[in-house]
Amino acid sequence: MTNTPAKRDYGRPFQANWPARAGWLIALLYALYAANLLDISWARFVIGLDNGARFIGSMFPLDYARWQLLVDNLIETIEIAIIASAFGVLFSLPIGLLAARNLMPGWVTWPFRTFIALCRSFHPVIFAILFVKAVGFGPLAGILTLIFASIGFIGKLFAEAIEEISLKPVEALRAAGAPFMSVIGYAVLPQVLNRFIGFSSYQLDANLRNSTMVGIVGAGGIGGTLFSAFQRFDYDFLATILISIIALVMISEYISTQVKKVFQ
Amino acid sequence: MGTTAPSPAKSPPARSLRVDKLCKEYVAGKPILSNISFEVSGKNSVAIIGPSGTGKSTLIRCVNQLIPPTSGDIYVSGENITGLRGGALRRARRKIGMVFQEFNLVERLTVMENVLCGRLGYVSSLRAWLRRYPQRDIDMAFNLLESIGLIDFTRQRADSLSGGQRQRVGIARAIMQEPHVLLADEPTSSLDPKTSVEIMELLVSLTETHQIPLIINIHDVELAKRFTTRIIGIARGGIVFDGPPAQLHNDHLKDIYGGENWLQ
Repeated sequence: MTNTPAKRDYGRPFQANWPARAGWLIALLYALYAANLLDISWARFVIGLDNGARFIGSMFPLDYARWQLLVDNLIETIEIAIIASAFGVLFSLPIGLLAARNLMPGWVTWPFRTFIALCRSFHPVIFAILFVKAVGFGPLAGILTLIFASIGFIGKLFAEAIEEISLKPVEALRAAGAPFMSVIGYAVLPQVLNRFIGFSSYQLDANLRNSTMVGIVGAGGIGGTLFSAFQRFDYDFLATILISIIALVMISEYISTQVKKVFQ
Repeated sequence: MGTTAPSPAKSPPARSLRVDKLCKEYVAGKPILSNISFEVSGKNSVAIIGPSGTGKSTLIRCVNQLIPPTSGDIYVSGENITGLRGGALRRARRKIGMVFQEFNLVERLTVMENVLCGRLGYVSSLRAWLRRYPQRDIDMAFNLLESIGLIDFTRQRADSLSGGQRQRVGIARAIMQEPHVLLADEPTSSLDPKTSVEIMELLVSLTETHQIPLIINIHDVELAKRFTTRIIGIARGGIVFDGPPAQLHNDHLKDIYGGENWLQ
């Protein structure tokens, strides 16, 4: 580097993003402030740990005495999840298609997009309370809850998946004079089918988990038993229920992986 | 005409395309195509050349009404198809085959399904969904696959094919329509030079044996001269050259593409 020409200053190679840095700092400061405000301190955390240890201790040994009740409840939970998933997917297919903005005109998509948004606006627990009041206690309320939850979730994902397809085959089939339903069946569905399978099996998983919860407000399934075990301090039976729910969700996860393999 | 036809009562008129005073403006007052008129019939082939952005693709898409023309008329075998809608438009589009630059196959369907897509305009959606095509269509598809050398790929998915093979499938799909005119939009632009020549040979030989007039948008002037019987040069929204390849000289090319250094 002996005879370098007059060195030119190109400036810094990377731009410092001061607003972003300020944003991080503000977030950190607020977290500390909020923790202080809610009186979350190390001492409080240690008390919590102690309490938690005793709670876990009282869960064991597990209580299998009421296995008959447990099995009946689990079966009801699975039934709620499967029926709700089946109808949820069934309704989501046309709703998602009609909500896809690349295939449908605006006056068709907006009512369906609004409906999907409506289904998404409440947590399933709130739907469950509404349906328990509307149709009475029992699994029907749970099924209706999860159907709406499913439409809100996979209806939206279906619509988004359809909006992401390549329109080239669609153009080709329109140019060949194919009727609308044939275009859907040949140029749209093949592009999204395996994603639909993925979403649907994920929703079945989610419905299994949620169907254990809707029972807490009286909409059928194992949740009701779970909640009363809580209230009666039956922590050993509670632990049995929790472990069986974990087993149930893991089994369904395994099954959905196998299903996806079939459809690549 | 048609005096030598064996059935004296009514011989079908030769397959033809007539474009009459076609104009297209995307923005009012700024025509991209103005006053385009030409006619092709029988087994003649026409190459349309012109710089990028002159509206060659627009011209081809105006013919099958994928893009509605602003004014002017399109006649397919004598029938005016401009302004048709719904079912009538679909029936008209069946008579217009189209081959695309990027093939526009349905990647996740098999080669056979892609070829049969050409029959979707003739088969009801229900039969198409159930894959219950008339035996005649299936025989025709097998014969075509044999003649384009892809019979061993019948049950493979389109995304497993090379570019040249995909374009062969695209051409077979268009021929399956038994069209009265075949439009090819830059059919070789995504392919290597050797494959491009093979694809041009295939296009010309298939349209000649089936007596289908062929219209090709093409960038490669040498390929155009070698394979077609007539060249139409488009520039500045209008036809600036129309004649046999032998009459296309450098002066015309300068006029069509502008500049001259690139011709050296």
